[in-house]
Amino acid sequence: MDERLCADTWTESSSPANELPKKVPPDHQPFTNFNLQQYQQKWEEDSSIQDYAMSIEPQFPEFNLPCETPSSVACNPSNQTKNEPLDASRIQDWDPRAMLNNLSFLEQKIHQLEDLVHLIVGRRTQVATRSDELVAQQQQLITADLTSIIVQLISTAGSLLPSLTQTLSSNGTPSISQLGQLSGVVFPSGPNLNGSVFPQNSKVSDQSNHVDLTGNCKTEQNCIEDELKYEDDADEGEHLSPGSYEILQLEKEEILAPHTHFCMICGKGFKRDANLRMHMRGHGDEYKTPAALAKPNKETNSEPMLIKRYSCPFTGCKRNKDHKKFQPLKTILCVKNHYKRTHCDKSYTCSRCNTKKFSVIADLKTHEKHCGRDKWLCSCGTTFSRKDKLFGHIALFQGHTPAIPLDEAKGSAAGSSDRGENSEETNKVELNLGTNFSCGSGVQNGNDAKGGVDDPPSFFSPLTFDTCNLGGFHEFPRPLFDDSETSFSFLISGSCSYPQKTREESCSDKT
Amino acid sequence: MKKQTSGNEFGYNRLDLLSEEIILSILDCLNENPFDRKSFSLVCKSFYAIESWHRKSLKPLRSEHLTKILSRYPNVTHLDLSLCPRITDTSLSLMSRSKMLRSIDLSRSKFFTHVGLSNLVTNCSNLVDIDLSNATELRDLAAAAIAEARNLEKLWLGRCKSITDIGIGCIAVGCRKLRLISLKWCLSVGDLGVGLLAVKCKEIRSLDLSYLPITTKCLPSILNLEHLEDLVLEGCLGIDDDSLAVLKQGCKSLEMLDMSNCLNVSHVGLSSLTTDNGHLQQLIFAYGSPVTPAFAESLHKLSTLQSIKLDGCTVTPLGLKAIGNWCASLREISLSKCLGLTDDGLSSLVTKQRDLRKLDITCCRKITHVSIAHITNSCMSLVSLRMESCSRVSKEAFVLIGQRCHFLEELDLTDNEIDDEGLKSISRCSKLSSLKLGICLNITDKGLAHIGMCCSKLAELDLYRSAGIADPGILSIAHGCPGLEMINIAYCKDITDSSFISLSKCSKLNTLESRGCPLVTSLGLAAIAVGCKQLNKLDIKKCYNINDSGMIPLAHFSQNLRQINLSYTSVTDVGLLSLASISCLQNMTILHLKGLTPRGLVAALLACGGLTKVKLQASFKSLLAPPLCEHLEARGCAFQWREKMFQEELDPKCWKLQLEQ
Repeated sequence: MDERLCADTWTESSSPANELPKKVPPDHQPFTNFNLQQYQQKWEEDSSIQDYAMSIEPQFPEFNLPCETPSSVACNPSNQTKNEPLDASRIQDWDPRAMLNNLSFLEQKIHQLEDLVHLIVGRRTQVATRSDELVAQQQQLITADLTSIIVQLISTAGSLLPSLTQTLSSNGTPSISQLGQLSGVVFPSGPNLNGSVFPQNSKVSDQSNHVDLTGNCKTEQNCIEDELKYEDDADEGEHLSPGSYEILQLEKEEILAPHTHFCMICGKGFKRDANLRMHMRGHGDEYKTPAALAKPNKETNSEPMLIKRYSCPFTGCKRNKDHKKFQPLKTILCVKNHYKRTHCDKSYTCSRCNTKKFSVIADLKTHEKHCGRDKWLCSCGTTFSRKDKLFGHIALFQGHTPAIPLDEAKGSAAGSSDRGENSEETNKVELNLGTNFSCGSGVQNGNDAKGGVDDPPSFFSPLTFDTCNLGGFHEFPRPLFDDSETSFSFLISGSCSYPQKTREESCSDKT
Repeated sequence: MKKQTSGNEFGYNRLDLLSEEIILSILDCLNENPFDRKSFSLVCKSFYAIESWHRKSLKPLRSEHLTKILSRYPNVTHLDLSLCPRITDTSLSLMSRSKMLRSIDLSRSKFFTHVGLSNLVTNCSNLVDIDLSNATELRDLAAAAIAEARNLEKLWLGRCKSITDIGIGCIAVGCRKLRLISLKWCLSVGDLGVGLLAVKCKEIRSLDLSYLPITTKCLPSILNLEHLEDLVLEGCLGIDDDSLAVLKQGCKSLEMLDMSNCLNVSHVGLSSLTTDNGHLQQLIFAYGSPVTPAFAESLHKLSTLQSIKLDGCTVTPLGLKAIGNWCASLREISLSKCLGLTDDGLSSLVTKQRDLRKLDITCCRKITHVSIAHITNSCMSLVSLRMESCSRVSKEAFVLIGQRCHFLEELDLTDNEIDDEGLKSISRCSKLSSLKLGICLNITDKGLAHIGMCCSKLAELDLYRSAGIADPGILSIAHGCPGLEMINIAYCKDITDSSFISLSKCSKLNTLESRGCPLVTSLGLAAIAVGCKQLNKLDIKKCYNINDSGMIPLAHFSQNLRQINLSYTSVTDVGLLSLASISCLQNMTILHLKGLTPRGLVAALLACGGLTKVKLQASFKSLLAPPLCEHLEARGCAFQWREKMFQEELDPKCWKLQLEQ
């Protein structure tokens, strides 16, 4: 609950987006995309700059976070009420003071950028040879700052010209490709930027709200589960004509990078933008304002824009853009999961069954939830949580047989063995009787028989007792082990049930 | 002695002149009496060897002797173990040595597990038939063991309640050549197992799914089986009209469909299981939805239908009439216990069905001689007519049967008004082999004498509680019907030893029920024992005058006796113990034996190694040592403890009056 409150304070403090230029640019995916495209078109011939263009990309994996703000706003009515006036003021009423504030901020920012570029120029003259990587990093920094400035300009202009955006949006898309200059890009790309908020928003849905709330890896799993669905969706239904979307491709290193948000000052990496923002507070008072701590907001605009799809960097993969039957991936998360699942080692092994391996940790956790509960086994080793799935599998494959669950096999094996012993004993008795009763004509024989039969109880009862004990002995360690396991799983499930609960709560809030 | 020396002079045995083929073909003919082969093999060593080599089928009495038996008969292909209640894994591993084995019946055996089955199946790769009915203990592991029998074609798993979908799945994958499988009462098997079976085993001809908790989900794959001929869906309550309506097509190859007791299926659902141009010959729809004209209309497309069973259904006259009009030429109609069956309906049906061979109208209490007149008029070629308890049919009607239906082989007139005139008329049916006249109080020796004179092929005669019958009637039957196999003269209280003595001439007699014949003594029983060597079922309950002296010859001569009821007789410990020498005795009912002591009982029970079922007075339960009971149960013997009070016999007529009240 504390976490939620905390999150609420964050969302409450949300204000017009992008007031913190340092932080905003990496969050704004559409914009960086745009940049990338720009660069690609501008310097298509220049291979070195092509490299540079690629190296920008680490920034836009972070795009998925900005959309959290609108969704969380939508989810929490309490927040919404507080946000509404802000939104309204931004869109309808033009506040000159805020504008002035923004402009001065921009000015300051541009100066900073200038200084930086100067610094780079100075260094370049000093050291002739330097690694591409360093160059790339610097350029990245510059691009980030530039982008933030542009965004700031746009939002400022956007608040001034609500009607203008409408007219611009109609010719926005073609203009991107036509315009070669950064300055020219700024205004026409505005509507695109706004429009892009929507698809993102719907994709990550309300779970993303959660990322902030809980801040642990469980939520990541939730997201990934959702992404899985989307991936499926893409496979099933999406029939985008080749030209109708733009294809983006991340490099292997970017996909596998543990952190996606980097502090612009000290370079520390974070998985979550929220954590980065919290971190930024340590770098100065300007990062402590509610506006700086708030999630970067997105302007809502229902304008259609060019859909973005992603390509897997692995050549030969069906998800690679060079593949004949290329099937694009829908989101960055899809890319990440796809790449890890298909092209990476499965390094996470289930601690319970020690057989199943995963490359995505969330998959492992999903598996661990059900591991051991998959009691439907096929002879090929595949396990199923549902009987009908097992039978479907067997119907499909030649030679696969349902496997008898181990515990039954054990139980009946034990049963058979003690039965076997029993049978031997009774056989002995029968033999005795047989000798006694060749003709069976006297009562005396009956006595003998009785005497002979007196033995069986001594055979029977201790035997059964023994087997009982044996059974108990065999069974005992297992339940203990099982218990420890289940308690372990309980811990896990307990830890993951909490976020789920909060999700339910937030959902119920929404309705 | 002289002969022997002369034989030796020639230096060869005369039997050596007979080629092996001739001896083998002689052996082929020795099937009637199981003892014939035994005698044959005892002639000489070479005969013994030939017989051992020739025998294909075995039905051992005791599992203890399996080792010897199987080494003596190396060519056995069929092993029937229904007389061995105790078959352990050890015995199964013994059997697995006979590599020729094709068929094995374990339906009455217990105490074996999947280990033994697995052993058997892996070693006998020729196994084609396995009967595992009633193996309630077997679980999926056993099914998995059976699945190793790749050549299996027929498999009976009736009442294997512990086998689940998983086990059936194993069988479906392993036994791809299955042609017949019976899963009756396998209550743990559902849609998934059955569905997989139908997907994997494309050769299935016959499928029994009675009383399974299945729904329509598994039906599409079953109906896709190309060769399916017999489909039994009796008592499948999960199948209903609504879900059947979804099925796109019926099964074309289907010849027999049994949907008895499917309470949720009417003719609507039925028609979605069948196709227009199919080969359906037999339809069993007993205890189902009412037989209305709409139902009859659904039969219209089944042009090849020959047999229809509607027992226990509510029928309407119009419905029956419509069936008569639609179905071209029915050979068999069964309408027993149909509610609402009237003269009108039945008459309109039978007048159209002139080719009818079999008709069952048991317990149709509304029909009168009008129906019988129509039946006998139109269905001249009737072979079987069963009309037990058609109590409103007058005695004149039975004369008609004899006059017109000369081809009758089976006639059930139990509990009817037939009299001597009727019997005289029926005696014209010279092909009659089964005649049931139980509780026919109007018949006497005079009428029965006609039967005895004319119906020489009679094999089965039931005179239960037909009190008018006495020695002369039985005498004429015994003389005229040498092929008699089964006779029931229970509660014909006037019967004496002379009847028994005359019946002892019927050497094929295997079942004799003579309850409540107080005049019969041990003498008569001894005659039967000597004369009827094939006797396997004997009921002498309430024959108060039979005592130990009757048991001794019985024990000596009736070595085929399987089942005996000795209740209320005067047999004591000695008689019971002597019975123990009958090696195949399986089933004993011993209630109210005054002379029986616990000690004698124990001795007898222990000595009868093959016992599978014993009915005893509950008072004995406390007198038998629990370990003894445990031991006997481990041998495969089941006890049934009864607490019946001693009952005095009632007068037959008074008994019937009581019944009718």
